[in-house]
Amino acid sequence: MKNRNGFLTAGLALTCALGALILLGFFWTPYDPNAMAAGGKFDGPSLAHWMGTDNFGRDIFSRVLKGAGATTSIALATLAIGAVCGSLAGALTGYFGGPVDELLMRVNDTLTAFPNILLALVVISILEPGKKINVIIALGLVFVPSFARVTRTAFASLRDVNYIQSARLMGAGNGRILAVHMLPNTLPVLLPALTIGFNNAVLAEASMSFLGIGVTPPDASLGYMLSEAQGMLFSAPWYAAGTGLVIVLLVFSVGLLGEGLRRRERGVL
Amino acid sequence: MSGKLVLSLHHVDSGYSGGGPFGKKKRQAVLHDVTFDVHHGEILGLVGESGTGKSTLAKTILGMVKPDRGTVTHFTKRPQMIFQDPYSSLNPFYSVEWSLEEPLRVYGKYSREERKRRVREMLERVELPAEYLGAKPSELSGGQRQRVSIAAALIRRPKFLIADEPVSALDVTIQAQILTLLRSLRKELDLSYLFISHDLNVVYQLCDRVLVMKKGRIVERGTVDEIFDHPKEAYTKQLLAAAE
Repeated sequence: MKNRNGFLTAGLALTCALGALILLGFFWTPYDPNAMAAGGKFDGPSLAHWMGTDNFGRDIFSRVLKGAGATTSIALATLAIGAVCGSLAGALTGYFGGPVDELLMRVNDTLTAFPNILLALVVISILEPGKKINVIIALGLVFVPSFARVTRTAFASLRDVNYIQSARLMGAGNGRILAVHMLPNTLPVLLPALTIGFNNAVLAEASMSFLGIGVTPPDASLGYMLSEAQGMLFSAPWYAAGTGLVIVLLVFSVGLLGEGLRRRERGVL
Repeated sequence: MSGKLVLSLHHVDSGYSGGGPFGKKKRQAVLHDVTFDVHHGEILGLVGESGTGKSTLAKTILGMVKPDRGTVTHFTKRPQMIFQDPYSSLNPFYSVEWSLEEPLRVYGKYSREERKRRVREMLERVELPAEYLGAKPSELSGGQRQRVSIAAALIRRPKFLIADEPVSALDVTIQAQILTLLRSLRKELDLSYLFISHDLNVVYQLCDRVLVMKKGRIVERGTVDEIFDHPKEAYTKQLLAAAE
């Protein structure tokens, strides 16, 4: 690569650092995140408690680490459902076209017209609120249409390209054409879409938990913690600030990564 | 020229269905009553202005477009095609070696060593050094890409090749090289071509016989000398005048 891609480097570095921290949080936190009186109540940020303590004297940094882990794993699971189902549907309809394609895309348009959170709310009330797995399923389903759309466009644009026609002429089957000949060439579009999807999933999960329809105690996610922090915004502003900062950092670094990927691919193609 | 045929078209009408949400739009007729044979070992030129249906004819022959009427009969297995745009005819994600090996992999009957051997041999035939095996299409020039495309089309040893404007996107000097290559490959590999072009000079250099196409119909046919020295149709004369 001739010109260096600052977005990609910065995004990768930040994402990796955050990822490592979150991974660490699964195994070790400075304090037990649920231990009351790990410090005094409403202690401000200090060397001992980086983000201060809350009304029970729990270490907020430890809680944020755990919460970020919950949020990230929910977002990743959501992304997996949305990306796999959406990409599969998009690839098939984009490649084969026809009435099924048209029908699915109109359904898609309809679903896209609703705000994500609203749709997830519907799904989760049909299932059972409060369970982690249901949050994942609800958000995952909500993310299917956007992935289907992006993938469909990418595959449809390659359908009549000469090298795909050549592949057909040499006798390659549809499965092979889709997976081996087309898929790698759609990555420049799909990878940034994945990063954007991850960010949307993080924000959606946080919003849902904030509203109390997502993850519920004892599981803590960043969204739930933000809603908790709201009640003590004046007595312990560092709670909201610390939690919010991590959400922003997470979304920002993955966003940088996505922008970096997009720029790199645009340069190559 | 022997009497053996590689391809025969008999009163072929063809065209595109107009798309639309449910494919209901009226079918667009492009080709009308096209009849011709390609003889073994010959290079048959197909000339005409752009938009006259030359590429549709190629696609109809290869089965990418279904004819509305008439029959297309192949006397050889798996005819292949070379496309005009060398920038979109190779998969940008893969190396030259991968693109050349892929037809053999799909065929599935050769061992890995045999595939590699054939890839090297074919690369030699199209006069590219082996160091290009690892190169991506983006690292190659237009002429080099077209050589790789030709190699990929020929690696399974088809006997009939359709070349749709294969040199139109190239510089004149590169054009001459590719034409020379196509000519020598015909002898070495016992090939027959349908050579589609709007460039009459190129057709004159390469082809044995010529079909002149206008608005989806073949309006004149004959040997290169007949067509170029004694054109009968006004349209052919017009094309020749424009090429000078």
